[in-house]
Amino acid sequence: MVVWTEQERAFIQEIFGKLNYEEAGPKALSRVLIVYPWTQRYFGNFGNLYNAEAIINNPMVAAHGKVVLRGLERAMKNMDDIKNTYKELSVLHSEKLRVDPDNFKLLADCLTIVIAASMRNSFTPEKQAAWQKFLAVVVSALCRQYY
Amino acid sequence: MSLTAKDKATVKKFFAKVAPKAEEIGNETLSRTLFVYPQTKTYFSHWADLNPGSPNVKKHGLTVVNGVLNAVELMDDLKGGLLTLSELHAFMLRVDPANFKIINHNLLVALAITFPEDFTPDVHVSVDKFLAQVSLALSEKYR
Repeated sequence: MVVWTEQERAFIQEIFGKLNYEEAGPKALSRVLIVYPWTQRYFGNFGNLYNAEAIINNPMVAAHGKVVLRGLERAMKNMDDIKNTYKELSVLHSEKLRVDPDNFKLLADCLTIVIAASMRNSFTPEKQAAWQKFLAVVVSALCRQYY
Repeated sequence: MSLTAKDKATVKKFFAKVAPKAEEIGNETLSRTLFVYPQTKTYFSHWADLNPGSPNVKKHGLTVVNGVLNAVELMDDLKGGLLTLSELHAFMLRVDPANFKIINHNLLVALAITFPEDFTPDVHVSVDKFLAQVSLALSEKYR
């Protein structure tokens, strides 16, 4: 059972409150596709992913980045039961999408970097700790239905 | 995943901007490493104060970032250039190499915070590759 302190809950709410959903999701997804190019294997039908500029301007990447962030928002709204909230998502990622779970951590790290760049010094070590704990719980929930 | 000519040029150009802010970046990097990954504190049990921004953390953060800046100069032969540092980490400090990934991540966070416009995805991938090579060179003498 994940235990959240009031402080951690407040930090997570604050970070989501400051997020521009239209930007952060697309930025994080395009970053993971650029920094870890093997992740492109899951997006064969997204068209031109040939270089960083193409990826950043790709409308399918942008659209999907928003989908991912809305998924994270669901976890934030159900922080005390992320495991169950993500049951179907976990099955989807393992059975249909067949995503190597190591890749979840790569996307999580890129999202952290995007948030650090936008929040700058207000992304204190304490907030980073809470945020990374949240992402670790999300990643664990996504991995749960793999077998 | 070795460094291309483009990677080397990108890293040199970006770290030229990092150099004047070495102390700030070092402090952020090490403070976050110790706070967000408390298991890393085990290597610093000889310090009284391990809180973010404490004098020891600031000083050592700078040492680490200066080491990275030095590695930029030695990019064409990291294994040779970092031989002594590798021996230090292998035989004296005996830092588990898993921690290199941790400190690298926090360095990237510090860079994103300090250079939000300059730390583009293209710069990120080259810096990430470079830091991975530095970590490999530091692990060289471990066994």
